[in-house]
Amino acid sequence: MSLRLPVLAQSFFGERRRNLGIDLAVFAVIFAGFYGMIALTRYWWGAAVPSVSISRSPWALPGYAFYSVVRLFVAYLLSLLFAIGYGYTAANHPRIERILIALLDILQSIPVLSFLPGVMLAMISLFPSRQLGVEIGSILLIFTGQVWNMAFSFYTSLKSIPRELGEAAGVYRFSAWQRFVQLELPFGVIGLLWNSMVSVAGGWFFLMACEMFVLGNRDFRLPGLGSYLQTAAGAGDVGAILWGLAAMIVVIVLIDQILWRPLIAWSDKFKFEQVESTAEHSNLVLGILRRSRLAAWIGDSVDGFFEKVTLHFAGRRNEPAPAATSPLLAWLAGIAILLATGYAGLQAVGLLSGVTAHEWLATLGLATLTLLRVNGALLIASLWTIPAGVAIGFHPKLARVAQPLAQIAASVPATALFPIVLLALIRMGGGLGIASILLMLLGTQWYILFNVIAGALAIPSELKEVGGVFHFNRLLTWRVIILPGIFPYLVTGLITASGGAWNASIIAEYFHLQGRIFTTPGLGAQISGASDAGRFDVLLLSTLVMSAMVVCINRLVWRPLYRLAENRYRLEA
Amino acid sequence: MQQILIQAVAVEKFYQTPDEKRIQVIAPLDLSICEGQIVALLGPSGSGKSTLLRMLTGLSQPSAGKILHNGKEQPPDNLAIVFQSFALFPWLTVQQNVEAPLEARGVAAPERAERSRKALDTVGLDGFEAAYPKELSGGMKQRVGFARALVVEPEVLFMDEPFSALDVLTAENLRSQVTELWANKKLPTQAIFIVTHNIEEAVLLADRIIVLGKNPGRIRTDFAVTLPQPRDRKAPAFLSYVDYVYRVLTQPDAEPGVLQPAGLPGAAEPARHTHQMLPHVRPGGLAGLLEMLPDEGQTDLYRLAGDLGLELDDILPIIEAGAMLGFLSVKEGDVGMTGLGRRFANADILSQKQYFREAAVKNVALINQIQRALQSKPGHRVSDEFFRDLLDEHFSEEEVQRQLETAINWGRYSELFDYDAGQKRFFIPEPEPDEEPARLDE
Repeated sequence: MSLRLPVLAQSFFGERRRNLGIDLAVFAVIFAGFYGMIALTRYWWGAAVPSVSISRSPWALPGYAFYSVVRLFVAYLLSLLFAIGYGYTAANHPRIERILIALLDILQSIPVLSFLPGVMLAMISLFPSRQLGVEIGSILLIFTGQVWNMAFSFYTSLKSIPRELGEAAGVYRFSAWQRFVQLELPFGVIGLLWNSMVSVAGGWFFLMACEMFVLGNRDFRLPGLGSYLQTAAGAGDVGAILWGLAAMIVVIVLIDQILWRPLIAWSDKFKFEQVESTAEHSNLVLGILRRSRLAAWIGDSVDGFFEKVTLHFAGRRNEPAPAATSPLLAWLAGIAILLATGYAGLQAVGLLSGVTAHEWLATLGLATLTLLRVNGALLIASLWTIPAGVAIGFHPKLARVAQPLAQIAASVPATALFPIVLLALIRMGGGLGIASILLMLLGTQWYILFNVIAGALAIPSELKEVGGVFHFNRLLTWRVIILPGIFPYLVTGLITASGGAWNASIIAEYFHLQGRIFTTPGLGAQISGASDAGRFDVLLLSTLVMSAMVVCINRLVWRPLYRLAENRYRLEA
Repeated sequence: MQQILIQAVAVEKFYQTPDEKRIQVIAPLDLSICEGQIVALLGPSGSGKSTLLRMLTGLSQPSAGKILHNGKEQPPDNLAIVFQSFALFPWLTVQQNVEAPLEARGVAAPERAERSRKALDTVGLDGFEAAYPKELSGGMKQRVGFARALVVEPEVLFMDEPFSALDVLTAENLRSQVTELWANKKLPTQAIFIVTHNIEEAVLLADRIIVLGKNPGRIRTDFAVTLPQPRDRKAPAFLSYVDYVYRVLTQPDAEPGVLQPAGLPGAAEPARHTHQMLPHVRPGGLAGLLEMLPDEGQTDLYRLAGDLGLELDDILPIIEAGAMLGFLSVKEGDVGMTGLGRRFANADILSQKQYFREAAVKNVALINQIQRALQSKPGHRVSDEFFRDLLDEHFSEEEVQRQLETAINWGRYSELFDYDAGQKRFFIPEPEPDEEPARLDE
């Protein structure tokens, strides 16, 4: 047996039979990746072309897909690192824990696209002559859309480490590093993985919006699938739209098969369970990697590196501990943060002082409109997803057909469909008022559907049999068994959907298409319009109002409902 | 004189509540662990056994007092605990689990492999190096736990209920192997400190037994077990040790000295002014026990527990509740029915509730308080905050919660009052005039 230290790397590239053909395949993949990197570097360091002309030829699609995927994954990797760092800091520093978690709650409620003008302008002025600036801008925006739930997941995982496991690490004197790689990271892997999948799906949603947008009088267009679809829709080119959608579905399915499925199979070993479960995930790609010599070599090198780091920290442990950050320094840092916050706050107030009372009132009125729209979308979504979800959950045969279909449908980011749906609606004579509700629906109904299916599946068959034995009629069955049974899941789905709908309102209420702006009164439209027109005071105001509303609704409606669901309607195994 | 390995000097543990009240978990106590001993720590749940173990191992800091390891306050590197839940890392193989503490000490790979192999050899697990914990049975997992502890060659091997997650036969097997390894000096450790709630286990293993009392945690008795190994659990001497511990545990207010085997009945320790604490028992459990006990005569607690297959932690609270309500009388480790208890046991379910109701209002302070408060309020509703505040002065936050839960349970069973979890308040349910309130809850 070779060195068998760091779990993460070593387990991925476990030691099995090797195979030359597989090695060649792995080598080819690496070589292709290398070529892609060179192409990318040349593009990023090239002169800034803020508005690339987008070809509608299907042959351009692989290239566009490549650029989109790179954007998405660079943002995802940043999110992953940030989430781990943030969650780790919050869980291990009781003094700032509450501040960090409250901050996370608020950051989560700020609509991503409100960051767009600020982030973009900052990045462009940072790299005025390189394409890199705009690219980093769009990456950062996607980052803000996917990072928070991952950070929260990692934090919760760390807080739920069983007491005795933590004590074992303590009594055997693990260094902070060893504790991290052997206990904390492995314990958080599964939560991080599932949240990564949700985050990347959310990333697609914003990617579509971040590739093509207007900022003041400047037009931005980055090569990618999102701009391809928007251009195709703008030109009314149905063939190109279909090609674009097909390419996107292929990419999403490939990512699922090449990345997420193997990772899920691999993460089985991090399940914290005492007995081996019967249903293990197996995966072709993971099997191939485990048999590849090259992958094994990489795995061993990573292992060797981890081992060195661990032993280094173990050696350091015996030296006198370095003086903790001096209280003076901590105070200075605290004061600096306070001053900076105060300064930014004053600036913001200054910016807001230009807003008239009339505009304040108007903003609140618009917020009410959007609130109605969001809840309308949730209501419509619930009306069809609850019966459908329960039917799928109760009938295994139906589930086998419907679930994969629903998964594919759900994987297509709603923003990709926006231009197409809007085009169709306009042709039929509907306005954006109705269309915007439909657009919110597109993005959020799946959260409810999948949660309802999970809830219906979790209702124990004994409970259903009780209904049969006592001849419950349909109404009674729904009232006594089904609705209470799915309630916790439904609440979870609605919370996610509500957050998604608020975020979607920014795109749904204000849309550029075929050189025209379609808009309907609402808070989302105000944010988009302000960002288009460069009215930063209005942008700040409406963003503040939206965050405040989202936070209030979470605290006043969803959290009590969630607690009720947890306490009263949780079906315990 | 044996060398003292670990010494606790006036250590205590308390929590400060937000309103500056002090909840004492462990009263100041002194304790030393000497070379060559197996020390067992016994006590009812809530007596702070685990807290004491965690303070001795440096996992938790005492609120006052100090712990000396070989005379020094700095805890050494080679401490080790065998945990109740095994606490193995499921994503590491058996060998990686055992090597982890060595890695933490900066030991290089070849030496780690050598030492972990030796430790696994000692516990009889060679050949399982590449297995993952979830592929192993409970007994084998705990062997890995032992190997991981032994690999650091601890001066004192700490064990926190190491056998209680195992089935009876596996536990017996592992226990006897540990005694054997210890007797043959195969264990690289100079003393063993085991926390347990199983009296028989303590008498089987230990050279010395410490019994903790609760509310607050304190040492009730600390005595040597001088039987030779291996011990016969049927021998009269063995049984008299077991009986002695039972007597100490069932009479929480008595001076343990007077309970010594063949001791004379002496004056009881003056009653301590502690707040009455509800044992966390369901009325159904108590009723079940009362119906099983013979109407006349005394039953030996040790035998009773054995017959019912219950552990000390399970049966003591039930006995305590029975005594508190006046259904049972406990004397010298024996338990008997009172007249009231007999009437309760032979009554039908509605009369049982009646007896329980009267006994609870009369004898149980918290039930009495809730009952009176509800009677005096118009509408017969009182928020639970009111009682939380009352209990806060005597118990930790968690204990307050458990006290309330138990009170709610008892109140519901006796139909004295009910609790609305949504509104968080107690109330007296409206009587239904036509219907007999004959429900079979509990």
